[in-house]
Amino acid sequence: MDPISLIGAFSVLAAGLCISIGGISAGFGEGNAAASALQAIAQQPDEAGTITRTLFVSMAMVESTAIYSFVITILILYFNPFWETAVAMASK
Amino acid sequence: MAENFDQTIFFSLWTFSVNSTLFFTWLVMGLLVLFAWISTRRLSSDFVVSKFQTVVELLVMIVRGQIYEVSQDNPKKYMSLVGTMFLFIFTCNILTFIPWFDPPTGSLSTTAAFAFCIFVGVPVYSIRNAGFKKYIRKFVKPVPFMLPLNIVSDFSSVFSLAVRLYGNIFSGVMIGMVLMTMVPFIIPVSMQLLGLLTGAIQAYIFSLLAVVYLSAVGPEEQYVPAPDPLY
Repeated sequence: MDPISLIGAFSVLAAGLCISIGGISAGFGEGNAAASALQAIAQQPDEAGTITRTLFVSMAMVESTAIYSFVITILILYFNPFWETAVAMASK
Repeated sequence: MAENFDQTIFFSLWTFSVNSTLFFTWLVMGLLVLFAWISTRRLSSDFVVSKFQTVVELLVMIVRGQIYEVSQDNPKKYMSLVGTMFLFIFTCNILTFIPWFDPPTGSLSTTAAFAFCIFVGVPVYSIRNAGFKKYIRKFVKPVPFMLPLNIVSDFSSVFSLAVRLYGNIFSGVMIGMVLMTMVPFIIPVSMQLLGLLTGAIQAYIFSLLAVVYLSAVGPEEQYVPAPDPLY
């Protein structure tokens, strides 16, 4: 395999791995947070407002890792610096 | 193809090219100013108030209540900065249901600018709340050993604030576009409905986290809200 197709293939593989691992981990974390919050609301329905607000904030915190991996995936797929360098070198 | 709102040029004024982010930012700003102007044109403290005034009073009351509950501080301090950001982001995210509307919040430049405002705001509000000494002492809070971590966490929290909003809105737009090329009927609509929900929640989360960061170093004395329905 020539270097360009190697770079292309591994970029796609890396993008897939990046979003899948990032998504799975954040999904587990958010699921845990939501489950605990539901339990808490079931035990103390009066505090539902406070619990929901805290849940949103913590979910946003947890989700940020998934968003990071999404941004990295977009970078790899559409703005890949290695690919562009390889293409520029090959066309020289 | 990944859409970059900063590179879609709408038109150029003299030598200055107006891209789609800038154009729609101005549009949303104009809408908000128009709404504010119409709603505050005939304010009354009578029993009979106009519909617009009711809406605005409700909005102000909700935002103030939320800010008070999060910061346990006088909501007036944070209202002008965070409330404006909430209104702007919320309007941008909700208006995505218009087909050719590119949400300005789906561009990293807009969200980075907002996050930069918060980044500058954190020391300003902290020093105003508790004084310079208290603010500096925050960095060596548990043990002095934590100093580099505290500094890094200041930067990373602001960075994640920008990237979170951008990533959520941009991914919503991207999913809509990708689905549009694969299954152009019905299914993209459901994803865009989900995008509206995400947009509203993200606007809420952005302003909530902004208040949390700004009020991290609070004043000494406990703020007691006045017995006024508007706090």
